[in-house]
Amino acid sequence: MKPVAKSSPAGNPLDADTRSCIEQIIQPMTGLPGALLPILHAIQDAFGHVPAASVPLIANALNLSRAEVHGVISFYHDFRSTQPGRHVLKLCRAEACQAMGARALEAQLVSRLGIGFHETTADGSITLEPVYCLGNCACAPSAMLDDKVHGRLTLQRLDALIDGCGKAS
Amino acid sequence: MNVRIYVPRDTSANACGADEVAAAIDEHAQARGIAIELVRNGSRGMCWLEPLVEVETERGRIGFGPLTVEAVAGLFDAGFPNADTHALCLGPVEDIDWLKQQQRVCFSRNGIIDPISLDDFEAHGGWQGARRALAMTPQDIVSAVTESGLRGRGGAAFPCGIKWQTVHDQPAAQKFIVCNADEGDSGTFSDRMILEGDPYRLIEGMLIAGIACGATQAYVYLRSEYPLARRVLSEAILRARTAGWLGADVAGSGRAFDIDLRIGAGAYICGEETSLLESLEGKRGQVRFKPPLPAIKGLFGQPTVINNLITLASVPDVLVNGAQWYRDLGYGRSRGTLPIQLTGNIRRGGLVELGFGVSLRELLYDYGGGSASGRPIRAVQVGGPLGAYLPESQFDTVIDYEAFAAIDAMLGHGGIVVFDDTVDMAEQARFAMEFCAIESCGKCTPCRIGSRRGVEVIDRLRQGVDAQANRVLLDSLCDTMQHGSLCALGGLTPLPVKSALRHFSEDFHSTKVQLCRSPFRGDAFQQAASAMNDLLQEPWQHIGK
Ligand SMILES: Cc1cc2nc3c(=O)[nH]c(=O)nc-3n(C[C@H](O)[C@H](O)[C@H](O)COP(=O)(O)O)c2cc1C
Ligand code: SF4
Ligand code: FES
Repeated sequence: MKPVAKSSPAGNPLDADTRSCIEQIIQPMTGLPGALLPILHAIQDAFGHVPAASVPLIANALNLSRAEVHGVISFYHDFRSTQPGRHVLKLCRAEACQAMGARALEAQLVSRLGIGFHETTADGSITLEPVYCLGNCACAPSAMLDDKVHGRLTLQRLDALIDGCGKAS
Repeated sequence: MNVRIYVPRDTSANACGADEVAAAIDEHAQARGIAIELVRNGSRGMCWLEPLVEVETERGRIGFGPLTVEAVAGLFDAGFPNADTHALCLGPVEDIDWLKQQQRVCFSRNGIIDPISLDDFEAHGGWQGARRALAMTPQDIVSAVTESGLRGRGGAAFPCGIKWQTVHDQPAAQKFIVCNADEGDSGTFSDRMILEGDPYRLIEGMLIAGIACGATQAYVYLRSEYPLARRVLSEAILRARTAGWLGADVAGSGRAFDIDLRIGAGAYICGEETSLLESLEGKRGQVRFKPPLPAIKGLFGQPTVINNLITLASVPDVLVNGAQWYRDLGYGRSRGTLPIQLTGNIRRGGLVELGFGVSLRELLYDYGGGSASGRPIRAVQVGGPLGAYLPESQFDTVIDYEAFAAIDAMLGHGGIVVFDDTVDMAEQARFAMEFCAIESCGKCTPCRIGSRRGVEVIDRLRQGVDAQANRVLLDSLCDTMQHGSLCALGGLTPLPVKSALRHFSEDFHSTKVQLCRSPFRGDAFQQAASAMNDLLQEPWQHIGK
């Protein structure tokens, strides 16, 4: 199961602009059957994460308890409660990529970035996340940088990707 | 006339630089005053040749690949689009044995058409199945699917016709069709390739399911890891609606049918059908108890057909060519074709669609060409992370649901992951447990806790701590998970673990093995093992299976 997030449940209060932006995202979707996931995705697309303070707004709009909304956010690996780095690098840890050296890539990433999975570099440039298959298994090993999948990775190509994120060695 | 040049827009092709190659071709053609028409097709599935660029000529489509941006200038110097002598020229693509020898049914159009062009789709046989369906009674459609012998391609291989019949027979004002496009198994991408390369095929299959079962609303549940597939399918749904193939009056038939695309959120378990339905309803993706079956009480409590994407994409051809034609393809009780995905450490990886009955060995060596590293193939995992690891001695097994079940393995969604002789099978067994721990929905103890204990036990085994005792403990843990789990995540995780233990036991012997140092010897150990079993089973009994 997903590790429990450490952030405080209330989070920082929203400023008026953010609040109205979130309300504008939620409002047209409340009529959708099973609206919660589409709403959470839309908020995360807009803010990079689901601000804790948006939970009561969502709960209110969908007639759910805050605990229910929080329970859904915490269940799914995709939803974040804190702001990620400027880039999100997802390294595939699944079998087809393992067979092509993904474990060595993982070791290099962790040592070069000095962080583990679910962490962000101190300069805020990269958040590192694991992913289990990107559907690029015949051109493994793979990683996804922001929305782009990169295949046939080597230690050098992975290094170049990190360089491109403005991350010094 | 402009020369038509195809450059795939497909996740794997793009991951190997297809976007950049397309841009470079455009640039060089302009600079040299060559008039071209650039089409972004789907992938043919010859992934090892990606980016595979094709030029339309009188001799058919001539392929070049694998291309790189750096090679593009040289290609034009050699006369591209007319560059038959260039080292990367593959000749007519359709003549490449790897492709020519396949039996492409589901993938008949992939790589050939412009994926979002409705004209292309129709020119290559699109909507013929739907037109037939609109002229048939729902029962006749269901019967054709039943007679075709089509079984679900999502893993469980349940007969599609029986599922449809159940939903067809339910009296309900609202029924649903749900396409399972969660495709979470490592080593699989056939769903993605249809979405990116021939999305109207899925729309057509879903429409036929809707007509057959009396459902007017459908959902596609697509994993979030597939952003390109999402863009292509969204566009295709919009265009199909504009063209009248979706909406209140499908193709002037007076029937309503529409599709809504929903995106998952990175949970492997949401590929399990009841967990998927929970997720579609906006809840945590926890597995439901069965019964009731989704066909009786599914999405929002209504009768629901939930099928894998490939199952639905197989249906149009069943109607066009007939149930008997489909049934004649295949082997034993596995009828039709299976899109097989050759992946991992393999020289010629990609998508191979064939009637059931081909052997693993033919796939690995004739199609795959052996390992990518050139080292001996030591193990293959078939059927995703819950599938067994097979050693060389089992490579003559044929692709058939029953043949795989007979060796305690499974075909799953048709993914084959190849490992060479550098693999550490104890590490793979550990990963199987780790993956289960990460992805468990948490509903039952054998899966939620057992998988964590499994990682620890394998760690101790690998360190040579109490090797014999931990080996017995691992077996007992596997049994508990297998028999005490609510769904196949906990229930099948022991499959890769046990197969690794059975066929590659040497990898579990640490050099540090210290025999008979166990505090768990003899009776004491047995007690500990059975206490563990009780611990794992007791809470489960409260849930009441
Ligand atoms: C843990 C788990 C994961 C699954 N993942 C998928 C998946 O990603 N895609 C899929 O089609 N079926 C998946 N299934 C199988 C579905 O539960 C279900 O059998 C399938 O969607 C039914 O469609 P079919 O009969 O067309 O195969 C999974 C099952 C389990 C237990
Ligand atoms: S076996 Fe695992 S994933 Fe399946 S219901 Fe139990 S806890 Fe959930
Ligand atoms: S296993 Fe890494 S892309 Fe599929």
